[in-house]
Amino acid sequence: MKNLMLASATLALVAASAHANEVRVYNWSDYIDEALLEKFEADTGIKLIYDVFDSNELLETKMLAGGSGYDVVVPSGTFLQRQITAGAFQKLDMSKLPNIVNMWDVVSARTEQYDPDNAYSINYMWGTTGIGVNLGKVKEALGEDAPIDSLELILNPDNMAKLAECGVHMLDAPAEMIPMALKYIGENPDSQDPDVIAKAEPVLSAVRPYIQKFHSSEYINALANGDICVAIGWSGDILQARDRAAEADNGVEIAYHAAKEGAQMWFDQMAIPVDAPNPDAAHVFLNFIMDAQNMAAASNYVYYANGNEASKEFLVEDVIGDTAIYPDEATLNNLFTTSPYAPKVQRVVTRLWTKIKSGT
Amino acid sequence: MRRAALIAVPYFWLLALFLVPFLIVMKISLSDGALAIPPYTPQLDIAEGWNGLKTFLSELDFENFVFLTTDDLYWKAYLSSFKIALISTSLALLIGYPIAYSMARAAPEWRPTLLMLIILPFWTSFLIRVYAWMGILANEGLLNQFLLWTGIISEPLTILNTNTAVYIGIVYTYLPFMILPIYSALEKMDDSLLEAAEDLGCSRTSAFWLVTIPLSKTGIIAGCFLVFIPTLGEFVIPSLLGGSQTLMIGKVLWEEFFNNRDWPVASAVAIILLLILIIPIILFQRNEQKQREMEG
Repeated sequence: MKNLMLASATLALVAASAHANEVRVYNWSDYIDEALLEKFEADTGIKLIYDVFDSNELLETKMLAGGSGYDVVVPSGTFLQRQITAGAFQKLDMSKLPNIVNMWDVVSARTEQYDPDNAYSINYMWGTTGIGVNLGKVKEALGEDAPIDSLELILNPDNMAKLAECGVHMLDAPAEMIPMALKYIGENPDSQDPDVIAKAEPVLSAVRPYIQKFHSSEYINALANGDICVAIGWSGDILQARDRAAEADNGVEIAYHAAKEGAQMWFDQMAIPVDAPNPDAAHVFLNFIMDAQNMAAASNYVYYANGNEASKEFLVEDVIGDTAIYPDEATLNNLFTTSPYAPKVQRVVTRLWTKIKSGT
Repeated sequence: MRRAALIAVPYFWLLALFLVPFLIVMKISLSDGALAIPPYTPQLDIAEGWNGLKTFLSELDFENFVFLTTDDLYWKAYLSSFKIALISTSLALLIGYPIAYSMARAAPEWRPTLLMLIILPFWTSFLIRVYAWMGILANEGLLNQFLLWTGIISEPLTILNTNTAVYIGIVYTYLPFMILPIYSALEKMDDSLLEAAEDLGCSRTSAFWLVTIPLSKTGIIAGCFLVFIPTLGEFVIPSLLGGSQTLMIGKVLWEEFFNNRDWPVASAVAIILLLILIIPIILFQRNEQKQREMEG
C-alpha cells in the first residue's frame, strides 16, 4: 500500500516537472468570473487548469486520500480546520503574497477561528446561509405578510404545509441545517453536545414531509426556473438565481434574506495542499486573486462578499450596496459561526440527518 | 506452455482488478478511522519488517462489522435496494421481452437497424441521459407541459424526486441489457419448432408459452442478472432522480465515506454488499456455463 502510494507520488512528481508552468485550481462550481481565468494566464504566463466541485465532502475526501494533484483548493471554514489538523495543507509563504495587505481585518479576525494566524489560507468569499423565496408564489400561498425573512417561514410546519405545493428545497448539509434548527428553538447553534444536537431532529422532522428535495446546488436552477418557491441555501447562490430569473424575464422574482433570528456565516478559504505539484505557481495564483481589482471582478460576477478590504472601491453598487451580500453592522453582529464536529459527534449528526431525510 | 500463458491472462486480470482491490478494501474495513492522510490506521510499515507486520495484523479487528448490526439503517438500506432492484428487473423484463420478441420476428433485413436503435443511446453519456430525464420529469418539465397541454391533467404531476422517477431512470438505463441477451436467444430459435407445435395441435399462445419462453430462458436469466446486479449498488440514478425518501445502500455507502469520513465503516458496508452480490453472480456464472455446455 505504502509502496503503491510512493509510486503514485513519484509519478505525480514526474508529471509536475513535466508541466512546471502550470497551476491546477479546484474551486466551487459557478464561483468565479471566467474572464479572470484568462486574465491570469495572460498576466502571468502560467497555464491554468480549473476544475470545480459542489460539496465540501467531495473535496475533503480528495484531500484525505492525498495526491489530488491540485495546487489550490477552496474548503469552507470547518472543513479547512479539520484538514489542517490532518496535515493536508502547507503553510503559506507570506513573502510571495505581497497583496495580503489588501485583506479585510473584520473577516481575517473571524477566519482565525478555523486557521489560527491565517497561516494556511486566505479568504476567497464569505456569505450567509439563508432563505430564498419566489416572491409571487410565496405571497400567493401565505398572503402579503409572509415571514420571508424569518425561520418561521421554513421551520413552522403550518407555513410549510402551505408552501409544499409550490416546492421547497433544503441544503443537503447537516452542518448548516442543524445549527439553523437549534437557533430557531433558542439553543446554541454551535453546540457539540449530542443531546442538544438531538433537539434539532423533531424540529426538522416536523417540516420534512413538505420538503421536495435536499440538495446543495440544484436549487439555483430550480428557483430561477420557477420549479420551486422556497430554497434554504447559500446567499450568493440564491442571488445568482435572482439574476438568472431577471435575465430570463420569466416573471419569476427571487429575494434572499439571512434569517432575522440569526444566520450562519461561512467562509470559503483558498489553501495549498501539502503535496501540491507546483506551490510556487499556487502562490502566484493566490496573490493574483488578492489583487483588489481581480477580487472585485470575482465578487461583481458571483454576488458574494469577499474578505478583501481594498477591493471594495471597485465593487459595483449592486454588490456593495446590497445588504443581502454586505450586511449592515446590526445584521453582521447577529451572524454566528460554527466549529467542526468531533468524529463521534459527526457520526451522530450524519445519522440524525439520515433519519430526518429518510425517516429511518 | 502456451495453454498456461493463455490461462494466465484472465487470471492476472481477475487478480489485478478484483482480488487486490478487494483485499485493500477488506484491510480498510478492519482498520480504525483517524484524522490523517489517509484517514485510517494502522498503516503497514514495510521498513519494520516482520515485527511491523505482526503489530499491524494485531491492530485489525471486526469492530466495524459489529457496528453495522447495531443500527437498523444498514439492513433497511440493503433490503430497500434489494426491493428496488427486484421491481426494476421485473419491469425491465416485462418491457424488454416484447421488444426483443418483435425484433427477432422482424424481417431479417430490418434486424441490424433495430439492433442499432437499441445500442444508439449508448453513444450519449449515461450522465447526460439521466440529466435529460430530470428535464423531462420536472414539475415544469416536458412531460407535464405536454400533459397539461393535452388537458389530461390540470395540475402538474410530481414525478421527479420520487421513487417513480428512480424506477423510470433505472428501467430506461438498463433496458438494453435486458433486450440484447433475450434477442440473441430468440434470434437463434428455429422457427420450424413453432410450426411443429402448431401441427401437433398447439394454439399460437400455448406454443409461445411452451416453446418460445423455455427456449429463451437463458436470455431471460442473463438479462435479469445484468439488470439486477448493477441496480442493487446503484448510486447515480437515485441521487439525481430520487427524493430523500429513496433509501439505497449506494447512498448509505456514500454518506459513510463522504459525510462521516469513516472509510473503515464504508469499506465494511461495501464488503457486505459484495457478499450479497456474490450469490447471484455465482448463479449467473453457473447458468452461463450450463448454456455453454449445452451449445458445446
